[in-house]
Amino acid sequence: MRESKAIRDAFGEALVELGRKNKKVVVLSGDLEDSTRAEYFKKEFPERFFNLGICEQDILGTAAGLSLAGFIPFVCSFAVFITNRAYDTLRISVCYNKCNVKIIGSHAGLTVGEDGATAQCLEDFALLRVLPSIIVLSPVDAIETRKATMAMADIQGPAYMRLSRVAFPIITKESGPFIVGKANIMREGKDVTIIACGLMVSESLKAAEALKQDGIQVKILNMHTIKPIDEKAIIGAAKETKAIVTAEEHQINAGLGGAVAEVLSRNYPVPLEMVAVADTFGESGSAEELLEKYHLKDKDIVTAVKNVLKRK
Amino acid sequence: MNFDINAFKEKARQFRKEILETIFEAQSGHTGGSLSAVEILIALYYYKMKHNPKEPKWPLRDRFIMSKGHASPVLYVTLANCGYFPKEELKTFRKINSRLQGHVYTDAPGVEFATGSLGQGLSAANGIALGAKILKEEFNIYCLLGDGEIQEGQVWEAAMTAGHHQLDHLCAILDMNKLQQNGPVREIKNEEPIVSKWQAFGWYVKEADGHNFNALIAAFDEFGIANKGKPMIIIAHTEKGKGVSFMEGQAKWHGKAPKKEELELALKELGF
Repeated sequence: MRESKAIRDAFGEALVELGRKNKKVVVLSGDLEDSTRAEYFKKEFPERFFNLGICEQDILGTAAGLSLAGFIPFVCSFAVFITNRAYDTLRISVCYNKCNVKIIGSHAGLTVGEDGATAQCLEDFALLRVLPSIIVLSPVDAIETRKATMAMADIQGPAYMRLSRVAFPIITKESGPFIVGKANIMREGKDVTIIACGLMVSESLKAAEALKQDGIQVKILNMHTIKPIDEKAIIGAAKETKAIVTAEEHQINAGLGGAVAEVLSRNYPVPLEMVAVADTFGESGSAEELLEKYHLKDKDIVTAVKNVLKRK
Repeated sequence: MNFDINAFKEKARQFRKEILETIFEAQSGHTGGSLSAVEILIALYYYKMKHNPKEPKWPLRDRFIMSKGHASPVLYVTLANCGYFPKEELKTFRKINSRLQGHVYTDAPGVEFATGSLGQGLSAANGIALGAKILKEEFNIYCLLGDGEIQEGQVWEAAMTAGHHQLDHLCAILDMNKLQQNGPVREIKNEEPIVSKWQAFGWYVKEADGHNFNALIAAFDEFGIANKGKPMIIIAHTEKGKGVSFMEGQAKWHGKAPKKEELELALKELGF
């Protein structure tokens, strides 16, 4: 069995590492530091840690102010609160002001599980993709999360990273590249390309193995940066395989699939199928049951691939 | 308290003229809430704040956040008069390719933080204040709020944060001009009792006549002395549209530009 680890754990550890390297890193929490693993930082650097209480708008605004004072604030909360609830503060105080604020949206997607629809953020890509100046990351495993955390701190300006509650299989290597805005090829194949992010990359790898039995050769792109999207990689894949499937733990509208569709239709239209949540809210249940019920499993990707190949 | 009250009064008269001319030239902008804050900004930029227009990013400068970002004309006129940018540039206000955006924006030299969506400035002021505290740097942070604005919930989140963290190098000023876009604040959503509200959030509160330099400056003189361990707020009692009889106390002048005859009449009233 492959090793797995929750990417929020990897984030918590990376944040401590960052705190040791850079005294300008401060961390703000909305009383969720136990869940987001920002508590690791709190333990080592209490003087640079603030639990501001349950007030996501105020937290983002305070972070904007701290950045104006020369700090690199990491705001750690649940994805659903820090994006959906505090959206206008994110838009004006952070993005319009081009503040050097790093936003961590943990417990994103259906896999938050039993807490149900109010906690399951399925809109963050859609909301953030339309804001000028912000970078949006969605790492694929614990190793990549560490790299993404470090990369965020090096970027001047607003950045967002999506994290999840559950353990993700480790599918990248320490030595592998991580460049913001540049997709990583996980597998080569000539028949179809799956472009995925987060947990859905490992589901795509499983799907590719199954498709191989049917003689279908699948290329997989790990699109860890949702914004700016790697247009070159998308167009290249379209030219190479002439059919694309996207997979994400997000609403079907305006997420990764939407971003890929925009690039394709403007540059090199090819048949496209999207695996995503079908314009509906989630519900309580285990992560595994939810992925099954809302069609975000490897077998759903297999179906999407077969459908897109019929349209080729 | 060391200032020339006559010079300040003359400055206020001049600023009102320039605010009206700026809004007239743009044929849009927020007149009422700019005229109500003239004395507050003069007291800040010519008396209280430590700043250097030749070095807008001087690290030890006091910071000013204009949370009521629609009252941009009064801030732009103040900054231009201080020498942050040429006064001539006021003519570009609200026009295409201008550094002087309709709502306060950081392209204008001297502006610390872009605002315009109400209720966001105090949180940012808190953030700067927390930063100064960590760095142990000695500068103060000022934040101007509108009384309509404080209906926004984020203001009270921020008020709680500042009180809890004892940000005593932060001074907010409430431009309490008693009117919001569609009428009197007390009729739309009553905010009284305002003093005990802020006190209950952990603030040191001082009331002052916001058009009387002696009173305003006496209030500012208490900042840093009387508010040990607490953020301070000055409740500045003001008149929306102050200085022009037909604009005073009229909600309709919230976001309206004067026509040519109205401008002439207003300037005449101001003694020009």
